[in-house]
Amino acid sequence: MALAQAKSDALAARLAGLALPAGGWTRPAREAALARLTAMGLPGKRDEYWRYTDPSSLNAAEVPPAALFDSAEPPPFADIPRLRLVFVDGVFDPAQSDDPATAGVEITRLAEAQGTDLHWGRELYGALEARAQSPVPRPFAALNTAFASDGVLIRATRPAVRPVSLVYLHQSEASDAILHHLVKIEAGASLTILENGPAAARFNKVLEVEVGAGGQFHHVRAQGRDHQRRAITHLFARLGEGAQFKSFTLTANGRLTRNETVIELAGEGASAHIAGAAMGDGDFLHDDTVFITHAAPGCESRQVFKKVLKNGAVGVFQGKILVRSQAQKTDGYQISQSLLLDEDSQFLAKPELEIYADDVKCSHGSTSGAIDPAALFYLRSRGLPIGQAKAFLVLAFLAEALDEIADDRLAADIRARLEGWVARHDGV
Amino acid sequence: MLDIKNLHVDLEAEGKAILKGVDLSVSAGSVHAIMGPNGSGKSTLSYVLAGRDGYTVTSGTATLEGADLLAMEPEERAAAGLFLAFQYPVEIPGVGNMTFLRTAVNAQRKSRGEPEMSAGEFLKVIRQKAATLNIDAEMMKRPVNVGFSGGEKKRNEILQMAMLEPRMCILDETDSGLDVDAMKLVAEGVNALRGAGRSFLVITHYQRLLDHIRPDVVHIMSDGRIVETGGPELALEVEANGYARLVEGA
Repeated sequence: MALAQAKSDALAARLAGLALPAGGWTRPAREAALARLTAMGLPGKRDEYWRYTDPSSLNAAEVPPAALFDSAEPPPFADIPRLRLVFVDGVFDPAQSDDPATAGVEITRLAEAQGTDLHWGRELYGALEARAQSPVPRPFAALNTAFASDGVLIRATRPAVRPVSLVYLHQSEASDAILHHLVKIEAGASLTILENGPAAARFNKVLEVEVGAGGQFHHVRAQGRDHQRRAITHLFARLGEGAQFKSFTLTANGRLTRNETVIELAGEGASAHIAGAAMGDGDFLHDDTVFITHAAPGCESRQVFKKVLKNGAVGVFQGKILVRSQAQKTDGYQISQSLLLDEDSQFLAKPELEIYADDVKCSHGSTSGAIDPAALFYLRSRGLPIGQAKAFLVLAFLAEALDEIADDRLAADIRARLEGWVARHDGV
Repeated sequence: MLDIKNLHVDLEAEGKAILKGVDLSVSAGSVHAIMGPNGSGKSTLSYVLAGRDGYTVTSGTATLEGADLLAMEPEERAAAGLFLAFQYPVEIPGVGNMTFLRTAVNAQRKSRGEPEMSAGEFLKVIRQKAATLNIDAEMMKRPVNVGFSGGEKKRNEILQMAMLEPRMCILDETDSGLDVDAMKLVAEGVNALRGAGRSFLVITHYQRLLDHIRPDVVHIMSDGRIVETGGPELALEVEANGYARLVEGA
């Protein structure tokens, strides 16, 4: 199939400034990813999968600059005991990081991995990304596999005592970071990954997660508050028998954020919960694109996405549940909702179900609306000032997503951040 | 306490006149009842006094202890001592009943320049008040009014009233949807709050609530006006003969 000229031109421009890293054992996977990318090209506005989100700033050869944002808010997870690994504009900074050897899990830096024979890494690097290229191409993920300059490879062989916390600092206005992480959770092991920070002016991140039988993966991220940053992230996961996966994302501000989550429930009785709370004021586009494949019987998946939008902010949700014929007794749930705080903001949603098994329970719903005037009046009639009453209702709207965070302390931390945002954006 | 003079109110959306000159004066410590047929404007009066959007006051005044109610925001009216027990209490998913009520109590205290109630003190007081209304701890933890039965919602309104300690309580059809036992429980809750200069305006369609909450004064409302005022015997007449004679020619 001939690639549209616009797509190949965009690709050529984007690749001009990039060189394939030597990469050691990752080299074959990188070359394969580059071949995939070359075949698919970069997306244009006319691609169905990019109908609501303009990819041009992600395609651009030049990074659109993003001013640094000096927040008075303390960084997330500050009070949570964790192993911190710090990246500055996409480069690992050992001086600011904790010693990975103390993590209780195996951690290898991608930029230094070529010298080691990490056989599990060789099997996993780019593998889930490659599987996820069908039926819908994800060119930015292939670009990431090919050109990622850093990242961490983490393997848990037993329940980890502390979360591994990936901290992404942004210090250069024109940084263009490409990070690729691998997480392998062996049978019966468990691990929590925390991520926070704006990362770079433009951030392309892939996280590939393989969870073995009975393993548990818990993920909480707080995407940074820098107003002008852009991010395209992919979370690819494959879950074994009885594995449990939970991922929650808080996004406050940012000019463009597209979080793609692609999960394959490959083992019987696996469970995947993905949730997000996004708050945008003004020049803000937030896109949750989710593709969940039920490939084994008796699995459960749950998607809860909530967005609060004001002053022309745009929310996008594209969520699909695919139930293969063998995946009987599937339990799938998907809800995407937006609270529009004014008439300038908009929410574009495309929920999809595709079901080939006959004994399944799947539901999906998508709504957008304003603050309920009856509820607002009720709260005010009891003495709550209008700002406080609205804040109550905004937080109440987000509560279902917040409930998806399994750990109470992490939930409290995220909740405080939501409250902070609502308070700062008074007059919601 | 509450003084309403020649109050005219239109429904904003339709420009339709609902209240056509209401005059009503409730003195401190007294219980007034307003009865009247459907559509007479009883609920509109309660909403206008509490400050709900959607109504236009075209003329007249309403004051609470001399302060102009109509110039205040709903939360200012609440802080000034007005409370409306809703006919249809609103369900608010995601907001815990206890959290909501403590926030409301402290918001009112703050606006009056009073110290906030501590979590411990609040808990002690609410437990005792909830027990007398037969409201269990489980109900307090649930989101506001979500999944509550009709009776539970009304009892929750009375609990809010008991915690907020308003000076002027308006009860809008608090008996609707209640069985006899639930109505007794609600009435006991209201009666426990009587006295100490607190006033009540009890809006009801039926006389039966007034067997339990004995009013000092009964008003009959029809077509946006108070058409008759009397003692408790007026309610009994309505019960016996209906509204026909009273609203005739009104």
